[in-house]
Amino acid sequence: MFKKDITPAPKQKLKSSVQRSLRQALLTTYPLMTPYIDEILPKKSSLESMKLPDRNTLYVLDNVPLFYQQDTGEVMPHLRLVHRFPQAFPTIRIDRGAIRFVLSGATLMAPGLTSKGGRLPVEGAAPKLEEGKELDQKVDEDGRWSRELEKGEPVVIMAEGKEEACAVGVLVAGTAEVKAKGKGPVVEDAHFLGDGLWNLGTE
Amino acid sequence: MADSEQPEISSEPQSRHVTYCGVCTLPPEYCEYGGTVKKCQDWLQENHPALYGRIWSPEALEAATAALSVDAQKRAARDAQKKTAKAEAAEAKQADKLAKSVITIKRIERNKKKFVTAVIGLEAFGLELKKVAKDLGKKFATGSSVTKVPSGGEEIVVQGDVSDELHDFLLEKYKDIPEDNIELVDDKKKKKATSG
Repeated sequence: MFKKDITPAPKQKLKSSVQRSLRQALLTTYPLMTPYIDEILPKKSSLESMKLPDRNTLYVLDNVPLFYQQDTGEVMPHLRLVHRFPQAFPTIRIDRGAIRFVLSGATLMAPGLTSKGGRLPVEGAAPKLEEGKELDQKVDEDGRWSRELEKGEPVVIMAEGKEEACAVGVLVAGTAEVKAKGKGPVVEDAHFLGDGLWNLGTE
Repeated sequence: MADSEQPEISSEPQSRHVTYCGVCTLPPEYCEYGGTVKKCQDWLQENHPALYGRIWSPEALEAATAALSVDAQKRAARDAQKKTAKAEAAEAKQADKLAKSVITIKRIERNKKKFVTAVIGLEAFGLELKKVAKDLGKKFATGSSVTKVPSGGEEIVVQGDVSDELHDFLLEKYKDIPEDNIELVDDKKKKKATSG
Protein backbone atom coordinates (compact mmCIF):
# COMPACT_ATOMS: atom_id res chain seq x y z
CA MET A 1 0.00 0.00 0.00
CA PHE A 2 2.85 2.34 0.82
CA LYS A 3 5.52 1.11 -1.55
CA LYS A 4 6.24 4.61 -2.76
CA ASP A 5 7.71 7.22 -0.51
CA ILE A 6 5.20 9.60 0.98
CA THR A 7 5.74 13.30 1.41
CA PRO A 8 4.67 14.56 4.81
CA ALA A 9 1.46 16.56 4.82
CA PRO A 10 0.40 19.11 7.39
CA LYS A 11 -1.07 17.66 10.56
CA GLN A 12 -4.45 18.51 11.97
CA LYS A 13 -5.43 18.33 15.59
CA LEU A 14 -8.27 15.93 16.17
CA LYS A 15 -11.38 16.83 18.07
CA SER A 16 -11.47 15.16 21.42
CA SER A 17 -14.76 13.50 20.51
CA VAL A 18 -13.17 11.95 17.45
CA GLN A 19 -10.29 10.88 19.61
CA ARG A 20 -12.64 9.22 22.04
CA SER A 21 -14.45 7.29 19.35
CA LEU A 22 -11.12 6.22 17.87
CA ARG A 23 -10.09 4.93 21.24
CA GLN A 24 -13.31 2.96 21.50
CA ALA A 25 -12.82 1.54 18.03
CA LEU A 26 -9.30 0.49 18.93
CA LEU A 27 -10.42 -1.34 22.03
CA THR A 28 -13.07 -3.21 20.07
CA THR A 29 -10.63 -4.22 17.36
CA TYR A 30 -7.72 -4.94 19.65
CA PRO A 31 -9.08 -6.09 23.01
CA LEU A 32 -5.56 -7.06 24.03
CA MET A 33 -4.64 -3.41 23.96
CA THR A 34 -6.82 -2.64 26.97
CA PRO A 35 -4.00 -2.73 29.55
CA TYR A 36 -1.88 -0.37 27.48
CA ILE A 37 -4.38 2.02 26.02
CA ASP A 38 -3.69 4.69 28.59
CA GLU A 39 -0.04 4.57 27.75
CA ILE A 40 -0.60 4.57 24.02
CA LEU A 41 -3.28 7.23 24.08
CA PRO A 42 -3.16 9.16 27.33
CA LYS A 43 -6.52 10.73 28.09
CA LYS A 44 -5.16 14.25 28.03
CA SER A 45 -3.14 13.83 24.87
CA SER A 46 -3.90 15.74 21.73
CA LEU A 47 -3.84 13.39 18.82
CA GLU A 48 -3.09 14.67 15.35
CA SER A 49 -4.01 13.27 11.99
CA MET A 50 -2.20 13.43 8.71
CA LYS A 51 -3.78 12.84 5.34
CA LEU A 52 -1.87 10.42 3.14
CA PRO A 53 -2.39 9.38 -0.45
CA ASP A 54 -5.13 6.85 -1.30
CA ARG A 55 -7.47 8.15 1.36
CA ASN A 56 -5.27 6.98 4.16
CA THR A 57 -5.13 8.75 7.47
CA LEU A 58 -2.22 8.53 9.84
CA TYR A 59 -2.70 9.25 13.52
CA VAL A 60 0.26 10.87 15.18
CA LEU A 61 0.84 11.62 18.84
CA ASP A 62 3.77 13.84 19.83
CA ASN A 63 5.40 13.22 16.47
CA VAL A 64 5.22 9.47 16.98
CA PRO A 65 3.05 7.69 14.43
CA LEU A 66 0.53 5.39 16.11
CA PHE A 67 -2.12 4.18 13.71
CA TYR A 68 -3.19 4.44 10.14
CA GLN A 69 -6.53 3.87 8.58
CA GLN A 70 -7.59 3.51 5.00
CA ASP A 71 -10.84 5.24 4.26
CA THR A 72 -13.19 4.05 6.99
CA GLY A 73 -11.70 0.60 7.24
CA GLU A 74 -9.94 -1.06 10.13
CA VAL A 75 -7.58 1.09 12.20
CA MET A 76 -4.15 -0.49 11.78
CA PRO A 77 -1.19 -0.06 14.10
CA HIS A 78 1.96 1.54 12.76
CA LEU A 79 4.93 -0.81 12.97
CA ARG A 80 6.72 1.38 15.47
CA LEU A 81 3.78 0.94 17.79
CA VAL A 82 3.79 -2.81 17.19
CA HIS A 83 7.43 -2.86 18.21
CA ARG A 84 6.57 -1.08 21.41
CA PHE A 85 3.60 -3.26 22.30
CA PRO A 86 4.01 -6.58 20.54
CA GLN A 87 1.70 -8.34 22.98
CA ALA A 88 -1.28 -6.28 21.96
CA PHE A 89 -1.81 -7.70 18.50
CA PRO A 90 -2.53 -11.13 17.03
CA THR A 91 0.41 -12.50 15.10
CA ILE A 92 1.33 -15.00 12.45
CA ARG A 93 4.87 -15.83 11.45
CA ILE A 94 6.47 -16.30 8.06
CA ASP A 95 9.47 -18.42 7.23
CA ARG A 96 12.86 -16.95 6.48
CA GLY A 97 12.55 -17.32 2.74
CA ALA A 98 9.50 -15.11 2.59
CA ILE A 99 10.96 -12.17 4.47
CA ARG A 100 12.68 -10.53 1.58
CA PHE A 101 9.55 -10.68 -0.54
CA VAL A 102 7.36 -9.24 2.14
CA LEU A 103 9.91 -6.49 2.76
CA SER A 104 9.72 -5.49 -0.86
CA GLY A 105 5.97 -5.21 -0.74
CA ALA A 106 4.83 -8.51 -2.21
CA THR A 107 1.54 -10.08 -1.26
CA LEU A 108 2.06 -12.63 1.48
CA MET A 109 1.23 -16.09 0.13
CA ALA A 110 0.17 -19.15 2.08
CA PRO A 111 3.31 -21.30 1.58
CA GLY A 112 5.30 -18.73 3.56
CA LEU A 113 3.14 -19.61 6.53
CA THR A 114 2.49 -23.31 6.12
CA SER A 115 6.15 -24.28 5.71
CA LYS A 116 8.37 -25.37 8.57
CA GLY A 117 9.50 -21.89 9.54
CA GLY A 118 6.04 -20.37 9.37
CA ARG A 119 3.61 -20.24 12.27
CA LEU A 120 -0.15 -20.32 12.00
CA PRO A 121 -2.47 -20.56 15.01
CA VAL A 122 -2.24 -23.83 16.94
CA GLU A 123 -4.00 -26.95 15.73
CA GLY A 124 -7.46 -27.30 17.14
CA ALA A 125 -7.54 -23.68 18.16
CA ALA A 126 -10.82 -22.08 19.02
CA PRO A 127 -12.37 -21.06 15.73
CA LYS A 128 -14.04 -17.96 17.05
CA LEU A 129 -13.45 -15.24 19.53
CA GLU A 130 -15.57 -16.04 22.53
CA GLU A 131 -17.51 -13.38 24.26
CA GLY A 132 -15.80 -12.27 27.45
CA LYS A 133 -12.63 -14.18 26.70
CA GLU A 134 -11.01 -11.51 24.58
CA LEU A 135 -8.13 -11.14 26.97
CA ASP A 136 -7.31 -14.83 27.06
CA GLN A 137 -5.86 -15.07 23.61
CA LYS A 138 -2.11 -15.02 23.40
CA VAL A 139 0.87 -16.33 21.57
CA ASP A 140 2.54 -19.54 22.80
CA GLU A 141 6.28 -20.13 23.11
CA ASP A 142 6.34 -21.53 19.64
CA GLY A 143 4.93 -18.38 18.11
CA ARG A 144 1.47 -19.74 17.43
CA TRP A 145 -1.66 -17.77 18.24
CA SER A 146 -4.22 -19.38 20.50
CA ARG A 147 -7.21 -19.00 18.20
CA GLU A 148 -7.94 -19.04 14.51
CA LEU A 149 -7.88 -15.62 12.94
CA GLU A 150 -10.65 -14.63 10.61
CA LYS A 151 -10.71 -13.08 7.20
CA GLY A 152 -10.62 -9.30 7.42
CA GLU A 153 -8.81 -9.25 10.75
CA PRO A 154 -5.74 -7.06 11.13
CA VAL A 155 -2.70 -9.16 11.88
CA VAL A 156 0.94 -8.55 12.72
CA ILE A 157 3.42 -10.53 10.70
CA MET A 158 6.49 -11.75 12.55
CA ALA A 159 9.43 -13.47 10.90
CA GLU A 160 11.37 -16.64 11.55
CA GLY A 161 14.51 -15.97 13.55
CA LYS A 162 13.63 -12.32 14.19
CA GLU A 163 12.31 -10.70 17.31
CA GLU A 164 10.53 -7.76 15.80
CA ALA A 165 7.52 -7.68 13.55
CA CYS A 166 8.14 -7.08 9.88
CA ALA A 167 4.71 -6.16 8.55
CA VAL A 168 1.10 -5.38 9.43
CA GLY A 169 -1.85 -6.16 7.23
CA VAL A 170 -5.39 -7.40 6.89
CA LEU A 171 -6.02 -11.09 6.30
CA VAL A 172 -7.70 -11.79 2.98
CA ALA A 173 -8.04 -15.43 3.95
CA GLY A 174 -8.84 -16.81 7.40
CA THR A 175 -6.08 -18.84 9.01
CA ALA A 176 -8.26 -21.96 9.00
CA GLU A 177 -8.67 -21.57 5.26
CA VAL A 178 -4.94 -21.06 4.80
CA LYS A 179 -4.25 -24.28 6.65
CA ALA A 180 -6.79 -26.17 4.56
CA LYS A 181 -5.81 -24.82 1.17
CA GLY A 182 -2.12 -24.13 1.60
CA LYS A 183 -1.91 -21.72 -1.28
CA GLY A 184 -3.12 -18.34 -2.44
CA PRO A 185 -2.71 -14.85 -1.01
CA VAL A 186 -3.05 -14.32 2.71
CA VAL A 187 -2.18 -10.68 3.34
CA GLU A 188 -2.36 -8.13 0.57
CA ASP A 189 -1.23 -4.53 0.73
CA ALA A 190 0.62 -4.72 4.00
CA HIS A 191 2.52 -1.98 5.77
CA PHE A 192 6.07 -3.35 5.99
CA LEU A 193 9.45 -2.30 7.34
CA GLY A 194 11.12 0.25 5.13
CA ASP A 195 8.07 1.24 3.12
CA GLY A 196 6.84 4.77 2.53
CA LEU A 197 4.83 4.88 5.73
CA TRP A 198 7.76 3.61 7.76
CA ASN A 199 10.06 6.24 6.31
CA LEU A 200 7.56 9.04 6.58
CA GLY A 201 8.80 11.94 8.65
CA THR A 202 6.26 13.00 11.23
CA GLU A 203 8.17 15.79 12.86
CA MET B 1 11.61 9.80 16.03
CA ALA B 2 12.98 6.37 16.60
CA ASP B 3 12.73 6.85 20.31
CA SER B 4 9.71 5.44 21.94
CA GLU B 5 10.28 6.82 25.36
CA GLN B 6 7.41 8.68 26.81
CA PRO B 7 7.29 11.03 29.72
CA GLU B 8 4.92 8.70 31.50
CA ILE B 9 3.70 9.31 34.97
CA SER B 10 1.28 6.39 35.14
CA SER B 11 2.20 3.36 37.21
CA GLU B 12 4.76 1.65 35.05
CA PRO B 13 5.24 2.11 31.36
CA GLN B 14 4.87 -1.11 29.46
CA SER B 15 6.38 0.25 26.31
CA ARG B 16 9.40 -1.53 24.93
CA HIS B 17 12.25 0.46 23.58
CA VAL B 18 13.45 -0.81 20.25
CA THR B 19 16.74 0.30 18.81
CA TYR B 20 16.61 1.18 15.16
CA CYS B 21 19.55 1.18 12.81
CA GLY B 22 20.89 4.67 12.24
CA VAL B 23 21.60 3.97 8.60
CA CYS B 24 18.57 2.19 7.20
CA THR B 25 16.11 2.93 10.08
CA LEU B 26 15.02 -0.72 10.29
CA PRO B 27 15.45 -2.80 13.42
CA PRO B 28 19.07 -4.00 13.16
CA GLU B 29 18.06 -7.62 12.64
CA TYR B 30 16.44 -6.57 9.37
CA CYS B 31 19.44 -4.61 8.10
CA GLU B 32 20.33 -7.44 5.75
CA TYR B 33 17.25 -6.57 3.73
CA GLY B 34 17.87 -2.85 3.65
CA GLY B 35 20.46 -2.78 0.88
CA THR B 36 23.11 -0.92 2.88
CA VAL B 37 24.34 -3.93 4.83
CA LYS B 38 27.97 -2.90 5.05
CA LYS B 39 27.23 0.53 6.41
CA CYS B 40 24.63 -0.80 8.80
CA GLN B 41 27.14 -3.28 10.17
CA ASP B 42 29.70 -0.57 10.75
CA TRP B 43 27.15 1.64 12.42
CA LEU B 44 25.91 -1.10 14.69
CA GLN B 45 29.39 -2.16 15.66
CA GLU B 46 30.21 1.35 16.65
CA ASN B 47 27.02 2.22 18.47
CA HIS B 48 25.70 -1.05 19.84
CA PRO B 49 28.54 -3.55 20.00
CA ALA B 50 26.50 -6.00 22.07
CA LEU B 51 23.72 -6.08 19.54
CA TYR B 52 26.21 -6.39 16.76
CA GLY B 53 27.73 -9.43 18.38
CA ARG B 54 24.35 -11.06 18.67
CA ILE B 55 23.15 -10.43 15.16
CA TRP B 56 26.28 -10.74 13.07
CA SER B 57 28.12 -13.46 14.98
CA PRO B 58 29.17 -16.43 12.84
CA GLU B 59 26.83 -18.77 14.74
CA ALA B 60 23.84 -16.55 14.14
CA LEU B 61 24.64 -16.27 10.47
CA GLU B 62 25.02 -20.00 10.16
CA ALA B 63 21.72 -20.62 11.84
CA ALA B 64 20.17 -18.14 9.48
CA THR B 65 21.40 -19.79 6.33
CA ALA B 66 21.05 -23.38 7.47
CA ALA B 67 17.29 -23.21 7.20
CA LEU B 68 17.35 -22.39 3.51
CA SER B 69 18.07 -24.72 0.65
CA VAL B 70 21.23 -24.10 -1.37
CA ASP B 71 19.20 -22.88 -4.28
CA ALA B 72 17.24 -20.41 -2.22
CA GLN B 73 20.44 -19.22 -0.60
CA LYS B 74 21.94 -18.46 -3.96
CA ARG B 75 18.89 -16.62 -5.07
CA ALA B 76 18.78 -14.61 -1.87
CA ALA B 77 22.45 -13.73 -2.24
CA ARG B 78 21.95 -12.59 -5.79
CA ASP B 79 18.97 -10.57 -4.75
CA ALA B 80 20.88 -8.92 -1.94
CA GLN B 81 23.70 -8.10 -4.30
CA LYS B 82 21.33 -6.47 -6.73
CA LYS B 83 19.77 -4.46 -3.99
CA THR B 84 23.15 -3.29 -2.70
CA ALA B 85 24.21 -2.26 -6.17
CA LYS B 86 21.02 -0.34 -6.58
CA ALA B 87 21.39 1.43 -3.27
CA GLU B 88 24.96 2.31 -4.06
CA ALA B 89 24.04 3.66 -7.47
CA ALA B 90 21.31 5.78 -5.95
CA GLU B 91 23.73 7.11 -3.38
CA ALA B 92 26.36 7.92 -5.97
CA LYS B 93 23.78 9.70 -8.04
CA GLN B 94 22.67 11.69 -5.04
CA ALA B 95 26.26 12.66 -4.21
CA ASP B 96 26.84 13.63 -7.78
CA LYS B 97 23.78 15.78 -7.79
CA LEU B 98 24.88 17.44 -4.60
CA ALA B 99 28.30 18.17 -6.00
CA LYS B 100 26.83 19.74 -9.08
CA SER B 101 23.99 21.74 -7.63
CA VAL B 102 24.75 25.36 -7.06
CA ILE B 103 23.14 27.77 -4.68
CA THR B 104 22.78 31.20 -6.17
CA ILE B 105 22.54 34.19 -3.91
CA LYS B 106 21.28 37.03 -5.99
CA ARG B 107 21.25 40.65 -4.99
CA ILE B 108 18.45 42.32 -6.86
CA GLU B 109 18.23 46.07 -7.08
CA ARG B 110 14.74 47.13 -6.31
CA ASN B 111 14.96 50.87 -6.17
CA LYS B 112 18.29 52.69 -6.47
CA LYS B 113 19.48 52.09 -2.95
CA LYS B 114 17.16 49.28 -1.98
CA PHE B 115 17.81 45.63 -2.53
CA VAL B 116 16.31 42.25 -2.02
CA THR B 117 18.32 39.07 -1.84
CA ALA B 118 17.09 35.94 -3.56
CA VAL B 119 18.42 32.50 -2.71
CA ILE B 120 17.96 29.88 -5.40
CA GLY B 121 18.67 26.18 -5.30
CA LEU B 122 18.55 25.36 -1.59
CA GLU B 123 16.10 22.53 -2.10
CA ALA B 124 18.80 20.46 -3.80
CA PHE B 125 20.42 20.07 -0.41
CA GLY B 126 17.30 18.65 1.13
CA LEU B 127 16.41 21.79 3.01
CA GLU B 128 12.88 22.86 3.59
CA LEU B 129 12.53 26.27 2.06
CA LYS B 130 9.76 27.37 4.35
CA LYS B 131 11.77 26.63 7.47
CA VAL B 132 14.95 28.15 6.10
CA ALA B 133 13.05 31.27 5.11
CA LYS B 134 11.75 31.62 8.62
CA ASP B 135 15.24 31.20 10.03
CA LEU B 136 16.64 33.79 7.69
CA GLY B 137 13.92 36.23 8.61
CA LYS B 138 14.76 35.75 12.28
CA LYS B 139 18.48 36.02 11.72
CA PHE B 140 18.38 39.23 9.73
CA ALA B 141 15.24 40.65 11.33
CA THR B 142 13.69 41.30 7.96
CA GLY B 143 10.94 39.93 5.82
CA SER B 144 11.79 36.63 4.25
CA SER B 145 9.49 34.55 2.13
CA VAL B 146 9.30 31.66 -0.25
CA THR B 147 8.28 32.83 -3.70
CA LYS B 148 7.44 30.92 -6.81
CA VAL B 149 9.68 31.52 -9.79
CA PRO B 150 8.01 31.88 -13.20
CA SER B 151 10.15 29.10 -14.57
CA GLY B 152 8.82 26.75 -11.93
CA GLY B 153 10.40 25.97 -8.60
CA GLU B 154 10.75 28.24 -5.63
CA GLU B 155 13.23 30.64 -4.18
CA ILE B 156 13.65 32.48 -0.92
CA VAL B 157 13.48 36.23 -1.07
CA VAL B 158 14.95 38.18 1.83
CA GLN B 159 14.43 41.89 2.12
CA GLY B 160 17.51 44.03 2.15
CA ASP B 161 21.02 43.40 0.94
CA VAL B 162 22.22 40.54 3.07
CA SER B 163 24.09 38.61 0.44
CA ASP B 164 27.45 38.45 2.23
CA GLU B 165 26.03 37.61 5.62
CA LEU B 166 23.75 35.10 4.01
CA HIS B 167 26.70 33.42 2.40
CA ASP B 168 28.43 33.03 5.74
CA PHE B 169 25.26 32.02 7.50
CA LEU B 170 24.51 29.23 5.08
CA LEU B 171 28.02 27.89 5.35
CA GLU B 172 27.95 27.97 9.10
CA LYS B 173 24.51 26.55 9.65
CA TYR B 174 24.35 23.86 6.98
CA LYS B 175 27.67 22.12 7.07
CA ASP B 176 27.01 19.88 4.09
CA ILE B 177 26.96 22.76 1.64
CA PRO B 178 30.42 23.14 0.10
CA GLU B 179 31.63 26.70 -0.15
CA ASP B 180 32.40 26.43 -3.84
CA ASN B 181 28.78 25.67 -4.55
CA ILE B 182 27.56 29.04 -3.42
CA GLU B 183 27.53 31.70 -6.02
CA LEU B 184 26.99 35.40 -5.49
CA VAL B 185 25.33 37.30 -8.31
CA ASP B 186 24.55 40.96 -8.65
CA ASP B 187 21.39 41.65 -10.55
CA LYS B 188 21.00 45.06 -12.17
CA LYS B 189 17.81 46.98 -12.09
CA LYS B 190 14.68 45.76 -13.85
CA LYS B 191 16.33 42.76 -15.27
CA LYS B 192 14.09 39.72 -15.43
CA ALA B 193 15.46 36.96 -13.28
CA THR B 194 16.82 34.10 -15.28
CA SER B 195 16.85 30.86 -13.41
CA GLY B 196 20.24 29.41 -12.74
